[in-house]
Amino acid sequence: MKEKPWKPWLLLSPSLTAVFLLLVIPVCFVVVYSFWLRAPSGMDIPAFQFGNYAKFFADSFYPVILLNTIRVALETVFICLIMGYIPAYFFYRTESRLKPYLMILVMLPFWISFIIRTLSWINILGDSGLINHLLLKSGLISSPIPMLYNEGAVIMGLIQYLLPFMILNIYVSLDGIDKSLTEAAKSLGCTEWQAFREITLPLSLPGVSAGCLLVFVLTCGTYLPPMILGGPGNEMIANLIFKRIIGTLDWPFGSAISTILLLLLVLIVYTYNRYMGINQIFKSLSKG
Amino acid sequence: MKKLISGWTLIKLYTILVYVWMFAPIVAVVILAFNPQQFGTFPMEGFSFKWFVKLSQNSTILDAFKNSLVLGSLTAIFATAIGVPAAMAFIRYEFRGKDFLNTMLIAPIMIPEVVLGVALLLFIRWLQQPKSFAMLLIGHVVLTLPYVLLIVQARLVGIKREYEEAALSLGASPFQTFKEITFPLLAPAIFAGMLFAFTISFDDVTATLFWATAQNQTVPVKIFSMLRTSISPEINALGAVMIVLTVSIPLAAGYVARRFARGNTP
Repeated sequence: MKEKPWKPWLLLSPSLTAVFLLLVIPVCFVVVYSFWLRAPSGMDIPAFQFGNYAKFFADSFYPVILLNTIRVALETVFICLIMGYIPAYFFYRTESRLKPYLMILVMLPFWISFIIRTLSWINILGDSGLINHLLLKSGLISSPIPMLYNEGAVIMGLIQYLLPFMILNIYVSLDGIDKSLTEAAKSLGCTEWQAFREITLPLSLPGVSAGCLLVFVLTCGTYLPPMILGGPGNEMIANLIFKRIIGTLDWPFGSAISTILLLLLVLIVYTYNRYMGINQIFKSLSKG
Repeated sequence: MKKLISGWTLIKLYTILVYVWMFAPIVAVVILAFNPQQFGTFPMEGFSFKWFVKLSQNSTILDAFKNSLVLGSLTAIFATAIGVPAAMAFIRYEFRGKDFLNTMLIAPIMIPEVVLGVALLLFIRWLQQPKSFAMLLIGHVVLTLPYVLLIVQARLVGIKREYEEAALSLGASPFQTFKEITFPLLAPAIFAGMLFAFTISFDDVTATLFWATAQNQTVPVKIFSMLRTSISPEINALGAVMIVLTVSIPLAAGYVARRFARGNTP
C-alpha cells in the first residue's frame, strides 16, 4: 500500500505531545530543582549547587534508607524467583484442561486493588490475625507472635504484588522453548532432571532476568507496603520522598532524593538493556 | 519412571501452595467483611451484613466511589483516544526511529510512581496552577498510556490488514472501509485498552496521593486514610466490594469481548 509518510506521525503526535509535555519535561524539572536552594523562609531559590546531594550523603541516615531499599528489593527478587519459577514451569509442562483457568487465576490479582491486597496481610499476620489465631487456639503459643510491622511483613506484601509479574515473565520465556528439544535430549539418554538443567533452564533465563529486573525496579519505587505493613525502621526511599515533598514541603531536597532514585534505576535498566534487551519485559507485560 | 512422577507431583503441590499463599489474604478480607464483631479479626462470631449497610450510609466513601468512577472513565476515554492511534502507527507503518519511540512511550512503566508524582506536581507548581481534577486526570492519562499501548499493540498485531486492502480494492471508500472493516476489527483492542486504563486509574494510590485534593479523593486514597487509625470491619467490607467489582467486571467484559469478536471476525 502506498502510504503518506506523515501519516504515522499524525497518529503518534497526541501521545508524543502528552508524554513529552507531561512526563519528560516534568522529570527534567525534578533534576533541575534538585540543584536549587531552599531559603529558611521556605522559598525555593534557583541555583546550581550540590548542597542537597551533600545533605543526603552527609550522615548515614539517608544512605541507610537507600541501602535498605536495595536490600529489600534484592530479597523480594530472590523470594519471587523461588516462588515463581516452579508454578511457571508447571504451566509450561501441564496438559491439564484447567490450564487456561489457572492462568487467569494468576493474573487475577492484577485486577484486585493494590491497597486491598496490601492491607489484607494485616488479617493474616496481625496479633489477632489468622496465623496467631490458629496457633493460640492449638495451644502451641500462649501469646501472639508479632509478625506485623517489620521487614518480613513488607516483603510479604511486595511479593503478593510482584509474584504474578515474575511468573508471567518466566512462563513467556518457557513457552517459547521447543518441547522437542527436551524430547531429543531424553532420547539421547538424558534424565528428566539433566534435560531440564542443560536445556530448559538456560533457555528460560531471558524470562528469569526480565522478571528479576521488573521486580527489582518496581520494589525500589514502592511506597504503600512499607507504609501499611512496615514499622518505623522499614522506611524505603519512596516514603522519604513523600515525606520531604508533602510533609515538609522541601522541594529541592525531595527532588534530589527523587533524582538519586531515578539515577539508580536508569543505571540498572540501561545496563540490563545493553546486555539483555528491554523488549523481553514489554513482551511479557502485554500478556497481562 | 516412578521418580519422575513423584517429581511432577511435588511441582503440582508447590504450585497449589503458591496459589493458597496468593489468595488466602484476599479470601480472608472477604470472609471477615461478614464478621459482626467490632474488630475485623478472627475468630468469626456469626455472620452479618451490617458492615455493608454501614458502608452504604457512609457519604464520604460514596463520594469517593463517584470520584473514582468518573476519573477512571475519563482516563479510559482519553488514554485510548491518544493511545490507539499511536499503537496503529507502530503496528501498521514503517518509519524512522520507530523502535526508539515505542520504547520511549512504554518506558515510563519503569519510572517509580513517586517520581512521576513529584514531577507533575512540581511542574504544575512552577506554572502556578492549583491542584485540580483536571491535573489528576492528566496525570492518570500519562500513567495509564504505556499500558494501553502495550495491550492495544498486542491485540492489533493479530488483525490482518489484508481485510482493509480487500475492501478498498473491491471499491469501498476509505470511510466505508473504516466503518465496516477497520472499526469492528479494532473494537476489541480499544475495549481492552479502555478496561485496562480504567482499572489502573481506579486502583492507583501512590501518584494519586500526590495529586488529589480533599475534594477529589478516590476510593484507594480514602482506604489509605482510613487505615491510619486501624483496620476496621468496614475496611474489610469495602475491600470485599472492591474485590467483587474489580474481578467480575473484567471477567464479564472479557466474555462479552470474546463473543463480540467472534461475531465480527470474518
